[in-house]
Amino acid sequence: MPDTFFTEAPHWQWWIIWYFFIGGIGGGSYAIAALLHIFGEPEDRPIVRLGYYIALPSIIVSGILLTLDLTRPERFYHMLVQSKTFVPAFKYWSPMSVGSWGITLFGLFAFLSTVGALAETGRLPWSGLSRLNQGTLGLVINLAGGLCGFFVAGYTGVLLSVTNRPLWSDTPLLGLLFLLSAFSTAAALLLLVGRRRAQPESLEWLSQIDSWALILELVVLGAVILSVGTVVAREVLFNAWGVLLLVGVVLAGILVPLLLHWRPRLLGAASPLGAAALVLLGGFILRVVMLLSSEAV
Amino acid sequence: MAEPMGFFTDTTVCIGCKACEVACKEWNQLPATGGGVNTLSGDSYDNTRRLDGQTWRHVKFIEQFDESRQQSRWLMMSDVCKHCVQAGCLEVCPTGAIIRTEFDTVVIQSDVCNGCRACISACPFGVIDINPVNGTAMKCTLCYDRMQAGLTPACAQACPTQSIQFGPISELRARAEARVQQLHEQGETRAYIYGDESILGGLNSFYLLVDEPEVYGLPSNPKLPSRNTAPAASLSAAGAAALGLLGLVSLRKRRMDRLAADRKVAATEEGGESDA
Ligand code: SF4
Repeated sequence: MPDTFFTEAPHWQWWIIWYFFIGGIGGGSYAIAALLHIFGEPEDRPIVRLGYYIALPSIIVSGILLTLDLTRPERFYHMLVQSKTFVPAFKYWSPMSVGSWGITLFGLFAFLSTVGALAETGRLPWSGLSRLNQGTLGLVINLAGGLCGFFVAGYTGVLLSVTNRPLWSDTPLLGLLFLLSAFSTAAALLLLVGRRRAQPESLEWLSQIDSWALILELVVLGAVILSVGTVVAREVLFNAWGVLLLVGVVLAGILVPLLLHWRPRLLGAASPLGAAALVLLGGFILRVVMLLSSEAV
Repeated sequence: MAEPMGFFTDTTVCIGCKACEVACKEWNQLPATGGGVNTLSGDSYDNTRRLDGQTWRHVKFIEQFDESRQQSRWLMMSDVCKHCVQAGCLEVCPTGAIIRTEFDTVVIQSDVCNGCRACISACPFGVIDINPVNGTAMKCTLCYDRMQAGLTPACAQACPTQSIQFGPISELRARAEARVQQLHEQGETRAYIYGDESILGGLNSFYLLVDEPEVYGLPSNPKLPSRNTAPAASLSAAGAAALGLLGLVSLRKRRMDRLAADRKVAATEEGGESDA
């Protein structure tokens, strides 16, 4: 028996799946927005702003879900400061500690960018605040926020790997897998929500990078299965979870959307919508399978 | 720092009386599981089944019968937190609730723990769980309170066969070696020590076993969760860099294509004018 089979499951609650999904979308949306802010054109602005608008509520919901998962939720701040002295607590070698700080910082940047975007469109009375998204200040915020976004998108997989549980700790690739999936689901959501207000060029670019992320995700998913070894794969995934992974993630969540990106006329006008919806569904199922298949052992 | 202290558990003399389990519960004021209503495991005389937040000692019964049920062997082992010198639980704890004491033991401070449960899946031995009474992660403290007062931990005190021995690690190691030697001389050549320095820097609660670790439900090569931190983090960072680069290149290409198209339009317009 592999050594990871002698350990206990942490029994994180089912809403942690939603956290993995929503947090990933939040981080990915901001990362995409930051890329478009730094390297894109003025006509990409609607998607940039939408990215911020998705990131902020996502990370707030994530924080709530995470707090509710603690068995002592009222002590959530112990993650950030020492409980008696209130001196900041940071353990760079503990993914849970780094993650708590990452989420907090990301929330800050998402907030600043959202305020900037609201000011930019005149929805806040203080138009000066739009400077948060302009010039050097805007660049710095977007760079830092984008890095935090990537971090939030990927650290959850690292956190799973830094355990002793079957599947999770049998591969170092889960962080990368979650990162790619977060990026693809975020692009899909931006496509879905932004299709009315965005320029066709922005949408086309989104669907392009979504395809790239999906292809990379497929490759990494294959590598995950290979890297865990036959015994773990047999014990953890050679069952209904494996079927769900194949049908829900590989087929419905990756291959069909890729086909729809490649042949957009397959479903007529509904193709881009269908593809985006399937990517989101696949991203969710990926997290369901990765979390629950291991907990079931 | 005081001398490293720990347990040496000689499983060959354990009689499965569970005095240690009871003594542990009494001293640490841990409630009976299931409100004292006994449920039977159904496939073993071991009805404790596992270590958890309210059971910090667990006498494992390994009941082995052959097909004909003529031959049988019972192994007994009082399981407990291993107080690893390199402890997975301690590494991953984000709040600092898990500490190493002056006795080189590992203790969870329940007034700090917020129940994130990272330690549960980090422990290579499945020792920790949440105690539903106070909602924090709990496990054996090696009777930190008793040790500070110079007392022997409750379980070792109660053990009638001295299967559980308490003392300074150096002394216990010597005693364990002598015992293995003695058993080998008596013909029990399978006897060996589980938990020397080759495992996680040494387990401060180590065992004398007479079969493979897996038979006792122990991993043969337990590892630290942090073995994955650097590779997993670097791979993710590489992925983020790749996606960033992909964004940069694709957006640059889009701009170039557009400029080229604009130039072409301008050129044909000019060409059209000169034609006219
Ligand atoms: S056995 Fe588990 S709970 Fe005990 S110190 Fe080692 S890692 Fe921590």
